Amino acid sequence: MTIIEANGLTRTFRAGRQSIAAVRGVDLRVEAGEIVGFLGPNGAGKTTTLRMLTTLLRPTSGTARIAGADLATASREVRRRIGYVAQYGGTDPNALVEEELFLQARLYRIAAAPARRRVAALLEELDLGGLGARPVGSLSGGQRRRLDIALGLVHEPPVVFLDEPTAGLDPHSRNNLWEHTRRLRDDNGTTVFLTTHYLDEADALCDRILVIDHGRIVAEDTPANLKRQLAADVLTVAVVGDPDAAQRLLAGLPGVRQAAVTSTGDIQVTLADGEQGITDVITALSGAGFGVRALQLARPSLDDVFLNLTGRELRDDPRHPSAPIPTTEGTEHVPAR
Amino acid sequence: MSLLVDIMLVFQRHLRISLRNPLWIVIGLSQPVAFLVLYGPLMTSTLLVTGVAPERAWQTYVPGVLVQLCLFGSAFVGFGVIAEWRGGVIERLRVTPVSRAALLLGRVLRDVALLVVQAVLLIVVALPLGLRASVPGVLAALGVVTLLSLGLACLSCALALTVKSEDTLGPTLNTGLMPLLLLSGVLLPMSFAPRWLDLVSRLTPFRYIVDGMRSAFQGEVFTTTVLTTVLVALAISALSVLLGVRTYLRQSA
Repeated sequence: MTIIEANGLTRTFRAGRQSIAAVRGVDLRVEAGEIVGFLGPNGAGKTTTLRMLTTLLRPTSGTARIAGADLATASREVRRRIGYVAQYGGTDPNALVEEELFLQARLYRIAAAPARRRVAALLEELDLGGLGARPVGSLSGGQRRRLDIALGLVHEPPVVFLDEPTAGLDPHSRNNLWEHTRRLRDDNGTTVFLTTHYLDEADALCDRILVIDHGRIVAEDTPANLKRQLAADVLTVAVVGDPDAAQRLLAGLPGVRQAAVTSTGDIQVTLADGEQGITDVITALSGAGFGVRALQLARPSLDDVFLNLTGRELRDDPRHPSAPIPTTEGTEHVPAR
Repeated sequence: MSLLVDIMLVFQRHLRISLRNPLWIVIGLSQPVAFLVLYGPLMTSTLLVTGVAPERAWQTYVPGVLVQLCLFGSAFVGFGVIAEWRGGVIERLRVTPVSRAALLLGRVLRDVALLVVQAVLLIVVALPLGLRASVPGVLAALGVVTLLSLGLACLSCALALTVKSEDTLGPTLNTGLMPLLLLSGVLLPMSFAPRWLDLVSRLTPFRYIVDGMRSAFQGEVFTTTVLTTVLVALAISALSVLLGVRTYLRQSA
């Protein structure tokens, strides 16, 4: 079942006399129960797309249906069916943890008694037990982030949008949050649509990845397929015998894009498909009488994929997570921290 | 119905946060009380010189301080809105099905409630200093304070959400409020003003507010002056609420 479907979404901002097309026709489809990663360099249109899908920003053109409700004509219904966790949360440091959760539940029209039960359950579920009566401002980064996520889950939405869920978290908290995200899908069948700056996160967590660049989707597939298509596996072979002869032999194999002898006398073979290729290489080498001393296969990372797709690194400067677009209304903003 | 529930929820949230930090009431009151205690005796003696009776002097001065409290107490609530916007609180709430109008009204009603409490405290502080006023008149004046602070707080929030910068909001409010305050006759009654200044003052809304509240304090409650005041306060608050709600609605899909 398709749970998020967007067709030709565009958004143009005005900055003075100039109009800037932040999103130029995004088509996307997400199936129920998927964890989808939405990647793109800074200013590619990630946050703008997310804000449109979550009713925070009216699209300039295009349509979308989310959990069966039309974004343009039934935005209130969309809000009822989605959870949204913004990049910088959205809790008041002076409010108490349970107060924030209870308010959120009541705003979704959950009656007081079930709301209280739901709050208690969520606190347990997200390892926030015992923190209910604490002011939000006194939580650690990881705890605050889990509270943000709990707020997005209060009404048990079928779809959750997470904007940079682990930005600024330590590795332990990140892993912990990944666990929670997986459990959401596995236990509740929740669809998760997340943006991230971390390719290892997309790789580890996401069933599928959408890459946006210059306001358009430029690639979408599973992490493994993207790597296979857009970046090659590199096999390093040390042979017993003449490396140059072995290199000539391997260069002629189907599935080998390139073979070269390194300064240390090893042969570096660039393969279209590492798993298939490694068998072919070994078979060919032993068939021609070469002994194999050592083999090492380097799998490409999503970083390679990303560089190939966009010509840019995903993170140019991790200290400045996103650049603001100079307009007044509904832009990507970077709150002072 | 659903709007009322939302307003109540938002109101309770903000009130709870305020009550947890009761310092606001001391800070909010310090300036008007200073005006009352440190400037009041000076002002009332000046009025005495001009032939105003002593009880009249306090009846003239206190309503002025109330309007001042109203103007400055509610006009700056927008700063809180900017802080919330920056912290993502507003965005988080906007993604819920909560009525957009309730996000404004619930918050502003908290500010109104705090302001009315401060106004009452101010009147109580003025009693030992020499204030004697008609009870229905004071109640009518508190009604005007309520309407006025509701309107001004809405305007402040709308402006805050439009400019989204403390650096712009502060000077804008000061520039707008200072002439309005001077022209309203808060500090000295406009009856002392030269004719041209009196005329200019009649073009500003707060002139009517201050005049009517003074009449009310003197016990002349059911007069056209007080009626005008109430109508002006109603108009200010109705227009401001509309403008505020429009701003809050415009900000999203």
